[in-house]
Formats: sequence, C-alpha cells, structure tokens
Amino acid sequence: MHSASKPLHDLGVAELAASLRAGQVSAVEAAQHFLGRARSHESLGAFLAIDEEVTMNQARAADVRLAAGTAGPLEGVPLAHKDIFVTKDLPSTAGSRMLEGYRSPFDATVVRKLADAGVVTLGKLNCDEFAMGSSNENSAYQPACNPWDLSRVPGGSSGGSAVAVAARLAPAATGTDTGGSIRQPASFCGITGIKPTYGRASRYGMIAFASSLDQAGPMARSAEDCALLLSNLCGPDPDRDSTSLDLPTEDFARSLNDSIDGLRIGIPKEFFGEGLSADVRTAVEGVLGEFEKMGARLVPISLPRTELSIPVYYIIAPAEASSNLSRFDGVKFGHRAKAFADLVDMYKKTRAEGFGDEVKRRIMIGTYVLSHGYYDAYYLQAQKIRRMIADDFQQAFKSCDLIAGPVAPTVAWKLGGHGNDPLADYLADIFTLPASLAGLPGMSVPAGFGDGAMPVGLQLIGNYFTESRLLNAAHRLQQATDFHSRKPEGV
Amino acid sequence: MSLTPDDIARIANLARLELHPDESERMLTQINGFFGIVEAMRAVDTTGVEPLAHPVAVIQDVALRLRDDVASEPNQREANQRSAPAVERGLFLVPKVIE
Repeated sequence: MHSASKPLHDLGVAELAASLRAGQVSAVEAAQHFLGRARSHESLGAFLAIDEEVTMNQARAADVRLAAGTAGPLEGVPLAHKDIFVTKDLPSTAGSRMLEGYRSPFDATVVRKLADAGVVTLGKLNCDEFAMGSSNENSAYQPACNPWDLSRVPGGSSGGSAVAVAARLAPAATGTDTGGSIRQPASFCGITGIKPTYGRASRYGMIAFASSLDQAGPMARSAEDCALLLSNLCGPDPDRDSTSLDLPTEDFARSLNDSIDGLRIGIPKEFFGEGLSADVRTAVEGVLGEFEKMGARLVPISLPRTELSIPVYYIIAPAEASSNLSRFDGVKFGHRAKAFADLVDMYKKTRAEGFGDEVKRRIMIGTYVLSHGYYDAYYLQAQKIRRMIADDFQQAFKSCDLIAGPVAPTVAWKLGGHGNDPLADYLADIFTLPASLAGLPGMSVPAGFGDGAMPVGLQLIGNYFTESRLLNAAHRLQQATDFHSRKPEGV
Repeated sequence: MSLTPDDIARIANLARLELHPDESERMLTQINGFFGIVEAMRAVDTTGVEPLAHPVAVIQDVALRLRDDVASEPNQREANQRSAPAVERGLFLVPKVIE
C-alpha cells in the first residue's frame, strides 16, 4: 500500500491527508505506524494515555468514509490531544492527580471539530498540571524529555505535544496557550505552533486555567500544516462558550503563498535587550535577514510595557485560576481525601492531596489578590495595565503589519535547571506574555539552532484576526529555510 | 509589602488548602519573592484607564452572549456522576453538615 519514499512519520499533515485520499496509505496503517512509534519512544514521556482500541476503531471508521467518498478534509490523519481537552473515550487528567482516572461525559468542542474533519486520535499528551508551567516538570505524572537533548526540558505547558511532534510520534498535536504554552514548547522543540486570536477557538471542554487568556491551537512541523488544522478547529461556539467570537470559519491557508515583498515587520526593541541570550539573538537575526531578502522591511517599534507584562499576567492568571479551580472540592468529580473531620476539612485535605506545588502557589496568589481589601490594588490594577499593553500593540501596528522577535530569552534549559525557583520560570515567559494579555495571535517558527545545538524559535505576532498573514510569512520563511524539517538525531 | 505567616494561614483557609508547616514556610518565601516584582506594577499611573476583561474589546465591542433559558442538553445523570467520589441513588454524597 504505502510506497512513498519517505517513512510515514516524516509526512506532514497535508501530505498524509493527500496520501490517505489517494489510497496510498490507509487510516489503519497510519494509526498502527504512529501507535508503534509512541510505544517505542515511551521513555520521552510524551503521552499520558493511549487506548489502541479507541484509536483503531476511529481509524477503521475513517477508512470506511475514505472508501465511501464521504471523507472529511483531514480524514484518517492521526493526531494527539493535549490532556487539557476533555475526551469522552479517553481519560482526561490535566496532568493532575486531582483528575486521575477522570472520564468526561463529553468531548471538548476542539476535539469534536477535529473528529468531524476526520482526525484519528492517538491519545492524550503530557502537560504541566492544569497548564501551569513552562517546562512540563509540573506534570503530576512524569516529566517529558526534549528529543533534541534528553537532559533538557521540552518547554511547557504543552510539552508533551511538542515532544510528540518533534519526535515524529504524531504528525500534529493540539496545544493550549495561556501565557505562551504553545509558542514556547514549539520553540524549544523546533516545531511550528500557532495561538489564534482570543475567542477564535472554543474553550468548551478545555479544562479552564485562566479563562480570559486560554486559547487552543495546533502544533505541527510546518506553517502549512498549522493553517490546515487551524481552519478546522476554529469557529463560533455561541451556545457553549460565551467568549467565543461570532466569526465565520476561515481558510487560513488561503494566502500561504502570497508574496511578502513590502511587508513591514515591527522589531520591538524591548525584545532584544540585555535579557536576550546571544545565541538566540543570532538565530533570530538570521531569519529576519531571510525576510529582508524576500523584500520585507524591518521597522523599529517599541512595546514599552513588555517587562510589566510579567506581574500583570501573574496576577490575572492566578486570580482566574483560583476561581476556576474552586470546582475541585472532592464532591462532583476527581479526587476525594480518604480521612477527614468534616466538610471543610474534606475540602482542604482533598485539595492539599490533589494539587501540586505550582498549582497551590497560584491558587494562593489568586485568592490573595481577589480577597477583600486587595482586589483594587492588584487585580483591577492589573486589568487596567492589561488594556495599556493592548493599546501599545495597536500603536505599534500603525507602523507595521506584523511583529517579530524571539519566543524565549534562551534555548531549552536542563531538567531541574530552574530548581525550586518558580520566579525563574515566570521571568522566562517575558516575550510570550504581552501577546497573550492583548489576546493577539502569535506563533513560533523554527529559526535555527543555538547553544548545545538546541532549536530556537522566531515569534511572529499579528494584529487581531490576521492569522493568515502570520501563516503566510511563516510559510514563505519555510520555503526559504529548512530548519522546520530538521529532526533530532536518533528519531 | 511583605506577607506574614498569619497572612499565609488566612489565605490558605480562604482557598480551602491544608498546608503543612514546611509548605507554609516555603510558600511564604516564594510568594514574597513574587510580590517583589509586583511592586513595579503598583507604581503605574492608571487614572482613567478602563480595566480590560475580553482582550478583543480593545478594538471592538464584545457582548457576552446569553442563550435562551431552555434545556438544550439531554439528561446524562449517570455519565455525569461516573467520576464522582461518592454517589447514592443519583445524588452526590458529602460529609454530614447538619447535626
């Protein structure tokens, strides 16, 4: 059946979808191939749950639709979901002991939409607990390893997603991005990922962390694959997500091949200050030079409140998290402590046992800044500066079409490298937080390699609703460079 | 500004979290470290700035929708209670609250 020159796992989403439609490979063969790879690469820690029977049933159904001519645009393409999306047929844990063994009665909208498009689910992917973290080390189950150097972190919180795609255990994965959780692991693992405008993708069935920031998006190896997936996972969900935007479904691949001659790329000086390590700067400047060769113009801009985005984000996100996570009380679902004195003691012991350190820390910060007497000084003040940060972007977009800079100040650090210092993780989020607070689309595109031959990601930030322009610029860069198609040794 | 061990105990109670003494101590140090970087935010003059909740509201009006108040979901009591810690006759069980 499959006779292409490349092994199946080196095919991207678009190529696989085409091979499936042409009958060169069956959905069952593709699913078996990737399940086999997931098994043989178990030590990477990418997956939290695999159920071969569920996957093979979906694959057989896809083959029936392919044969009947009723195939969806992604029919038979295998994909794995970050374990922050609830799924009916597979456990959903959010990387937390609190939800060990939890079975959702429904599928998240993003999961359902991709299933409607024909995707076959390979399993659930590791992540930081409740998506809180930048290294995947906050997973209650296992750390995940960066396939480029097993002694380094893959980034987070969508760490398992980035590992699975980089190690060719799946052609693509879903991720979620609250403060950089798609872009930063994509950068650390040398893959491509996009977070759309806030409100594009439904949050229904995404286990909530910070509701005014959480967005879903695809992680794959190319901008073309991300465009294809994004077109299928976005769309209004008016009855189930009150913040979902009423925008028609879009073909985000429509302008992939447009010329970027004359494109004005804004370069924020705050992203290239002394906090940026030299190796990352060199790689990012290298691909900016590629854009210039294609006729784009680099325009100096300023995002003056970049540094402030750290305290603003780490007030708003924990505040919303403390509220969202109050549902975990040992009554309706999840863990319940075995021994307790009374109802309040049951709540306290259940939550003490079910949550990990970072989640507890954020619940504490959030509870404090929302408590009587502190709300105005912290939460409200943060929301006001959030508007100023969003206004700064609007000012910047008067002189440029998109913004480019590094995703993170350094390449992936060593497992355990930030020790017991949560502040070190927070500070490393500096370049992804501004776009998150403003709700703007952002992506990470492979930009070469830095210290330790580790991948470096270029961040592209667009104005609201300009995902197709971001994907266009990223695609043109990927036509001119081959960083996105390099793979880790031994993969 | 610096939090005290009493503050940590008060917040932990509000958050319904039992903290072991060594955990409380670690939490105190880490949270105080964090509030060190928050000081910069408190110094910003935000007079006349409206707080921003839905980010897209920066460029256009965003109305949070309400749907009609009609039942849209089928009864899925069993599926919904499948992952509950304690259920009896279709009801969630909690420890005794009234003597």
